[in-house]
Amino acid sequence: MIRRLIVSLALLAASPFALAQPVAIYGEKVWTGTSQGTISDGVVVIDNGRIVTVGPASTRVPAGTAEVRARWVTPGLISAFSRTGLSEVSGVDDTNDAGADSSPFSAALNAADGFNPDATSIPVTRLDGFTRIAVAPQAQTKLFGGQGFLADTSGLTGSVFRERAFAYVILGERGAALSGGSRPAAWAALRGAFDDVRFFGARYMSHNEGNVLTRMDALALMPAVKGEQLILFQASRASDLNAIMDFKEQNLSLRVAIVGADEGWRVARRLAALEIPVIIDAVSNLPSSFSQLASTTENAKRLAEAGVTVAIVNLDDDSHLARLATQVAGNAVANGMDLDEAMRALTTAPAEIFGMTGLGVLAPGARADVVAWDGDPLEVTSAPSAVYIDGESQPMESRQTKLRDRYRTIDESQRPMAFNR
Amino acid sequence: MQLRKLCLVAVAAFVLAACEAPGSRDGGDAGKSAVPDPFPSTYKPYPSQTLLIANATVINGAGALIENGAVLIEGGKIKAVGADVTAPDGATTLDARGKWITPGIIDNHSHLGAYPSPGVDSHGDGNEISGPVTSEVWVEHSVWPQDPGFSRALAGGITSLQILPGSANLFGGRGVTLKNVPARTVQAMKFPGAPYTLKMACGENPKRVYGYGRGITPGGAPYSRMGNVAGYRDAWIRAADYKAQLDKAKSGGGDAPTRDLELETLAGVLSGDILVHMHCYRADEMAIILDISNEFGYKVAAFHHAVESYKIADKLAEYDVCSSMWADWWGFKMEAYDGIPENIPLVHNAGACAIVHSDSEMGIQRLNQEAAKAWADGRRIGIDIPIETAWQWLSLNPARSLGVDGQTGTLEPGKMADVVIWSGNPFSSYAKAEKVYVDGALMFDRNDPAGQPVMDFELGQPGEGDRK
Repeated sequence: MIRRLIVSLALLAASPFALAQPVAIYGEKVWTGTSQGTISDGVVVIDNGRIVTVGPASTRVPAGTAEVRARWVTPGLISAFSRTGLSEVSGVDDTNDAGADSSPFSAALNAADGFNPDATSIPVTRLDGFTRIAVAPQAQTKLFGGQGFLADTSGLTGSVFRERAFAYVILGERGAALSGGSRPAAWAALRGAFDDVRFFGARYMSHNEGNVLTRMDALALMPAVKGEQLILFQASRASDLNAIMDFKEQNLSLRVAIVGADEGWRVARRLAALEIPVIIDAVSNLPSSFSQLASTTENAKRLAEAGVTVAIVNLDDDSHLARLATQVAGNAVANGMDLDEAMRALTTAPAEIFGMTGLGVLAPGARADVVAWDGDPLEVTSAPSAVYIDGESQPMESRQTKLRDRYRTIDESQRPMAFNR
Repeated sequence: MQLRKLCLVAVAAFVLAACEAPGSRDGGDAGKSAVPDPFPSTYKPYPSQTLLIANATVINGAGALIENGAVLIEGGKIKAVGADVTAPDGATTLDARGKWITPGIIDNHSHLGAYPSPGVDSHGDGNEISGPVTSEVWVEHSVWPQDPGFSRALAGGITSLQILPGSANLFGGRGVTLKNVPARTVQAMKFPGAPYTLKMACGENPKRVYGYGRGITPGGAPYSRMGNVAGYRDAWIRAADYKAQLDKAKSGGGDAPTRDLELETLAGVLSGDILVHMHCYRADEMAIILDISNEFGYKVAAFHHAVESYKIADKLAEYDVCSSMWADWWGFKMEAYDGIPENIPLVHNAGACAIVHSDSEMGIQRLNQEAAKAWADGRRIGIDIPIETAWQWLSLNPARSLGVDGQTGTLEPGKMADVVIWSGNPFSSYAKAEKVYVDGALMFDRNDPAGQPVMDFELGQPGEGDRK
């Protein structure tokens, strides 16, 4: 306890110092995410938590600027969908706050209440270049999973920067199962819940139960129903995606995004026309369920070519390996997606979907989330050499690196391995 | 995908099984087993031509990299590999300028066919969880050859694979090694002469499924890791007895015992005919298993998952057991909490046998990338392994673990022509398997839709294969 206090104090003491000095981060390639495109031999200068300059390496920098050199420089990556920080060990229930299988509440569950900035998966995610994460709850009793949030990956207290950033609703087979056993049941529940919210005053005047939602759940869902908050639907089958789009057309004020969307390419033009962005696992290419029969590794390419805003994530392990979204994006490129689009899928697209202003780009005035890489970020062999969040240089250390360093050389000739640290 | 995660986390007992791994061992002498084989392989190589693949970067799988090299395939076998190979009369020459050629990838931990896509309950055939000792079951009897996952794995350069039963049990049953060719029956996929394997499991899964199976599973022992160990030893004692009776009868000293499928498999391990592939995460548990193997006189071919192998890499090297590992999975259960991305290079660096495995219908499509990640993570901490050496994690070492390294796993003359042509360096995210040959026969061609198999299940569906 005491030791932890000392560590926190040391961090506090370190931060003003770190902010004091501007840093110039030079890259053989600087991917900006803006009209500046990719600058060959470029530099990004950060100062006081903000990006000051983005330009060619010849750009003059203020005296006293620290220098960092890298192969690639990119904005801090943004994980568009994860459960990172909600569980320490996914299979150990005591440590897992992603979902609640016996809570009476659903839409009101606020995932931010379960976020632990000390989770060991946070530095693991940060060390691979992700500086921001959109975190969703799991839906376990109703199709309404609750409220998702946005956080940075500094691991510091206060790293959640927007609670209740979106309402998470699962449809498709899982939504059907949670609603009593069929898609009609799920849609009855969804429409009923919207009615509960719209007639909130009358419906909950004398009791706590609506047709579908409790008073608390209805209250929590209200901003989404009013179009003031994003609704993130999860669904994959083309017919489910069409049903969501029908719903959107009937409720034009709704702000909608879709996660999953394995068959999205089949309805890509309509998604584009309705300006509904998607968050996909671009390597999902198996008929893993009857809702994914048309899955293909060309989903990302086809969606992007149709003009849909595409964010790419790793849904295979969304709590501890959200960082593998870079590998997934690299594979999207291997299967036809434009490299620039794939980079956008990890930066500007999630920033746009969740309204993260000043993030996902390298531009003067933007927040100084910057990553220096030892190679192409989408190559499986590359890794960051430095990560900045709001201008602060981040420790490149995790519980994993400590285990690694302990066992780098096995030698018990003098004393046990437990003394190595 | 969802199902796999479930099985790993083992929320529902019946999906538990999909989390295992295989083992390793000296190769050769397959087919001479004294163990009866009532379901013999009917696999026959498909017709192939004499083919020279020229002007490529060749990784021969035995540790060499040849720039501007060539591979000559004749009669379904590797005929020659090198910088100066010329095409014999009548041979077809394929100009592979800019491409890379490697041995086919061998995944020694897959549940394809046994937990096929789609992952509906009716397809959950991967684990006979009815008791902690089910060495009487053979996973080949669960393999559905129409699993679309086989075709996706083929597109990822997988030419052979071991299918294992799940990890709920102490003894999960026999595994089977397959050639990755589309077939109507599992027998037509069985790797000719490959020894049988036995799946065993350490740790959390057996004690969770049986000890406190939440009313879903049978209940009873084991409740604990010490219960696990008692369960193994009890079974080996019975197997040793059974084998002694068999041996005695064979030498004319008495009646053979009544056939017992459970003990027949275990006795096959004790006689060295069946290879043990054991799911084990924690270092301390692996060390105990090695002692048990010494107590009963068998050898563990490979530990699977083995996320803590890096902690005892010296001991694993000394025993000469393979570790079949993921590049980076960790944290999904308590015994996976100490997983690190440098596990594979650290095991390799200690002189122990390292294997990259998938245990996943997704991961199996990109094992080359999984190896690349581990290779790069090793390099970053100063373990600089040549790519051509690291490729042994993908082909030769898994072949060894399955006892088929005499037939495949490298591009050495006389071996099966299990060959992949990659669009570029296969340790890149952007490289793709363009052509995949099994025994010299072209089984996948990325640039020719007619050269891509489509399983029955996908025919006539909104998608017919990947890239419809």
